[in-house]
Amino acid sequence: MIAAQSTLNLPDNQRIVITGIGLTAPNGNSLGEVRDALLNGRSGVSDYEIRYVGKTLAGVCDFDSRKYQARKDIRRGTRAGSVGVFSANEAIANSGLDWENVDRSRVGIYMGVTEHGNVETENEIYELKGYDYDIAFWSHHHNPRTVANNPAGEVALNMQITGPHYTIGAACAAGNAGVIQGAQMLRLNECDVALAGGLSESIHTFGIFASFKSQGALAEHQDPTRASRPFDVDRSGIVVSEGGCVFVLERLDDAKRRGAQIYGELAGYAINTDATDFVLPNPERQSECIFLALRRAGLAADQIDIVSTHATGTGSGDVQECAAIRTVFGKSERTRINNTKSFIGHAMGAAGAIELAGNLCSFQDNVCHPTINVDQLDPECELPGLVLNESQEIDKPEYILNNSFGMLGINSAVIIRRI
Amino acid sequence: MTPAEIRNEILDILEDIAPDEDLSGLKDEVAFRDQLELDSMDFLDIVMELRKRHRVQIPEESYGELASMQSTVTYLEPLMKDLQKA
Repeated sequence: MIAAQSTLNLPDNQRIVITGIGLTAPNGNSLGEVRDALLNGRSGVSDYEIRYVGKTLAGVCDFDSRKYQARKDIRRGTRAGSVGVFSANEAIANSGLDWENVDRSRVGIYMGVTEHGNVETENEIYELKGYDYDIAFWSHHHNPRTVANNPAGEVALNMQITGPHYTIGAACAAGNAGVIQGAQMLRLNECDVALAGGLSESIHTFGIFASFKSQGALAEHQDPTRASRPFDVDRSGIVVSEGGCVFVLERLDDAKRRGAQIYGELAGYAINTDATDFVLPNPERQSECIFLALRRAGLAADQIDIVSTHATGTGSGDVQECAAIRTVFGKSERTRINNTKSFIGHAMGAAGAIELAGNLCSFQDNVCHPTINVDQLDPECELPGLVLNESQEIDKPEYILNNSFGMLGINSAVIIRRI
Repeated sequence: MTPAEIRNEILDILEDIAPDEDLSGLKDEVAFRDQLELDSMDFLDIVMELRKRHRVQIPEESYGELASMQSTVTYLEPLMKDLQKA
């Protein structure tokens, strides 16, 4: 348990900072591209087709997988692995670390994933059908592709990292969970550099689309760019997206020593559990999670400048999160509230990390990007401070709080301080 | 299939499983591993592709026969001589 005090009171070797960001999102393959898209209302959602489901919508990434991988490694590995390899290499390049001279045994990899193995298993069964389900034709690549640590392991192989690597399965809270895990490992001195964040290859599994469709939670819209519309009264559900975002995390003393650029400091965090339902959220537990993160950061709600919401565009999920936010921030005049999924859809395991990254730029440009596609605000989503459709200039922000929630009732909140 | 056709088929498989390699100068009598970056999973890919494409079953004790192009073609010739080139 972290003491209920500001990290400002901790020694520098217990303060964790972000010193590099690498990402691929449906609306950009660098932080600069994504930020530009967010400030100019550019969606990354497009028409998409996948077996059995047919025509649908998705957030598709177009990063250059060959930038860091040989064709053979792409063929052998997974899409999540490629997303991770790209994002991690970009993060290291962005961090300014002298990578050739970094002790790779002191680098840890902590990648949040919503799920892993569905894509590869579906593909293999599809192939096997062509051989009348004779398992002699089942690929020997199946196990290394589907082990839960695969995406993190592919990053380790590609970058010759020999420190710890694993994935953190945390449903759609995984992006935040990866960051939290990385910070904890740095504080425990398990590593000196943490590559932490979240990854998703979910658009390549028909099962995700089909399951949301069966649940009545898959977004539909004639215009793909208008399909993801959290808080709007006509929202119809989730747009599934792929993507990845990896942060370079370091202890503050190490970052200072090498004169690193610092995007922000992890001021507080919390993860808790609803323990009430497989899919339905629980606003009481969500607000408790946010309050816990605030308490650990030694902050009051009205010190948070931006709340980056998790809202996915489902009927009940958005209302429940707004209820939780209302409980915590209902009286805060300072706090602005936005949503990044309205631009890129729901990047699943990567969502929390990409959404946090997109908001971190506010520390530099003093702008809060909006929630787009809100033509008519759902009265039940009415909140003071909602930034709708147009970016808003704000006073120099000091704190950003990033919500990320997931199925089986996992809630997470991360607070980043300007430094 | 003739030995030359079998050789072409193996080359085609290698192009799939080792797409970064330049196969134009492949020496038939030299072990694959001494001239290409192939590991045990790649050799299993060769076995799997022969099974998928031609229903040729190679027992595990014969995997060593796939060491070089020359030994592979020699080993496969009796198994594939009655097959028609696709």
